[in-house]
Amino acid sequence: MSNKILVALDGSDGSKRALGAAVTHAKLTSSDLVLAYVIDWSPYSFHTPEELEERHQRRESEIQRANDSVLTPEIAALEAQGLKVETVVHHGKIAETLLDLADQHGVTQIYIGRRGESRMHTLIFGSVSAALVQTSPVPVTVVP
Amino acid sequence: MKRLFYILGVLLCSTTAAQAGIDEAINSATAPIATLIGQIVFFKIPVFGAQLPVVVLWLVAGAVFFTFYMGFINLRGFKHAIELVRGDYADPNSHGEVSHFQALATAVSGTVGIGNIGGVAVAVTVGGAGATFWLIVAGFLGMSTKFVECTLGVKYRNEFEDGHVSGGPMYYLRQGFSDRGMEGFGKFMGTFYAIGIFIGALGIGNMFQSNQAYVQLNNVSGGALDGLGWLIGLILAGVVFSVIIGGIKSIARVTEKIVPFMAIFYCVFAIIVILMNANTIPTAIGNIFDGAFTGEGVAGGALGAMIIGFQRAVFSNEAGIGSASIAHSAVRTDEPITEGVVSLLEPFIDTIVICTITALVIGTAQVAAPDFAGEAQGVAMTSAAFEREFSWFPIPLAFAALMFAFSTMISWSYYGLKGWTYLFGESERGQTIYKLIFCAFVALGCVVQLGPILDISDALVFLICVPNILGLYFLAPIVKREMNSYFDRIKSGEIKKFK
Repeated sequence: MSNKILVALDGSDGSKRALGAAVTHAKLTSSDLVLAYVIDWSPYSFHTPEELEERHQRRESEIQRANDSVLTPEIAALEAQGLKVETVVHHGKIAETLLDLADQHGVTQIYIGRRGESRMHTLIFGSVSAALVQTSPVPVTVVP
Repeated sequence: MKRLFYILGVLLCSTTAAQAGIDEAINSATAPIATLIGQIVFFKIPVFGAQLPVVVLWLVAGAVFFTFYMGFINLRGFKHAIELVRGDYADPNSHGEVSHFQALATAVSGTVGIGNIGGVAVAVTVGGAGATFWLIVAGFLGMSTKFVECTLGVKYRNEFEDGHVSGGPMYYLRQGFSDRGMEGFGKFMGTFYAIGIFIGALGIGNMFQSNQAYVQLNNVSGGALDGLGWLIGLILAGVVFSVIIGGIKSIARVTEKIVPFMAIFYCVFAIIVILMNANTIPTAIGNIFDGAFTGEGVAGGALGAMIIGFQRAVFSNEAGIGSASIAHSAVRTDEPITEGVVSLLEPFIDTIVICTITALVIGTAQVAAPDFAGEAQGVAMTSAAFEREFSWFPIPLAFAALMFAFSTMISWSYYGLKGWTYLFGESERGQTIYKLIFCAFVALGCVVQLGPILDISDALVFLICVPNILGLYFLAPIVKREMNSYFDRIKSGEIKKFK
């Protein structure tokens, strides 16, 4: 069984650079890639009844959009380079969900882009990459 | 929107004397209508010297029946409800769908309204301290009714092709009866309920809320808004208008996020106030128990206290009215029972926790200073009880009342609209008509006196809960079967925790 590398993608430049680095790594170690898009979502938020009514619809379209605009466009180019690629879209707390996915897919390495949020932002909301580095059981590479 | 501002402008130009006149004129015009509606719907049977409104009997009988029939699900299901809300049983693959917590939070912010602050004061004024005891009993029994209606709401909800869902009593009445081979009767009941909820939404979820929000605003401004009910009414109506017709959803979203924090803030301060009067707590609690069984000093004695307690509890937690099942039905789950179990927490939070806290704030104040509130009634009385300890409290309380009132009005405009679209279809034009009527009643609520408002609102509640509870009796066996099967599978380990 070949190794698997999980790459967190969100359409940002940072995440594209992370993918670049992961591809190099994957070729050198002949690993497979798992591209993961996590949509930030909490089961403990407050909504109006109308938002609840449309939630299922919205979820479907969020998944669709993540696949269409971020994940699917990468697949062809990567497969052309001879890499095996899986994609997954999931809702949840970003760091936590990435770890769950890493566990489910049995990956040996995680790549993530640095968002470069301001200090204030990090102070209030925390940093995804920092949380991941602190808690991940497998090596995490944060790409600037 | 423009037209609204135009009317507002014209009204502003009139003299102060005329302004006071508007309130009075509208008031005297509506009072007799309210009294009449109240008399018809609130048909009372004299029982041992007390007047027992049929509606209260109807709701309480239902709640007692469901509590026994479901084998005290309100006690048995409590722990499981918390596990469900915590997400212990949530499948990670369904993340992104409406969670149990979200459905509960939305339904609670629809029910936690002015009733929790002002309604309790009304209960204590009219029914004495003993009403509090019956209020709590009614909250406890109401949990079972909620369980039945919310389970059915999810089980029989309607999923449209584009993926959005609509549920609630009109759907479970129609489908449930139809499944039992009574298609025609089901259709009739669904329609009956839909009419009830769309008219009823104008009372409990509308006029009563805007009325009490205005009273508290007037109260903190030292009476500066006397006679200006119409103006506050128009402003409130304007804000509601901008959300439900203008589509400014951000206002609703913000309210939805503020309300839970306001509720916590309210409870924390209420507990502080109660603790500051710690020496009066034993007497206050003693009064509640004494009043509950002796009914001292209350018209109709213990039974009078009981009736008032039950009435205000139902008005606050909406168990038996079926409104919450509209909000709960958005949850996606293969097990409708889970949503019913979660909904148990709603009357618990609303009535057993928040209403009891309010009652204790008033009760302890009454022991310390029997005449603390003077002439004040409703929300103003609760405010006076807080003011004894924190002179500044009426101001945040007014803000909280406004927020509670507003979120309840937004929720109810949605419930009413669901009744309307059930009857008249999803046409945009029809929906706008309904929303305009809704806004007009918001404004009207600020002008009419509390008495007639309560009469109308109570009467309309009755209108909604007749078809609903009747349906619940018929459909209860289905719920019971599902409930037993569900808990058996929990016990056998077939349904597992994910966490």
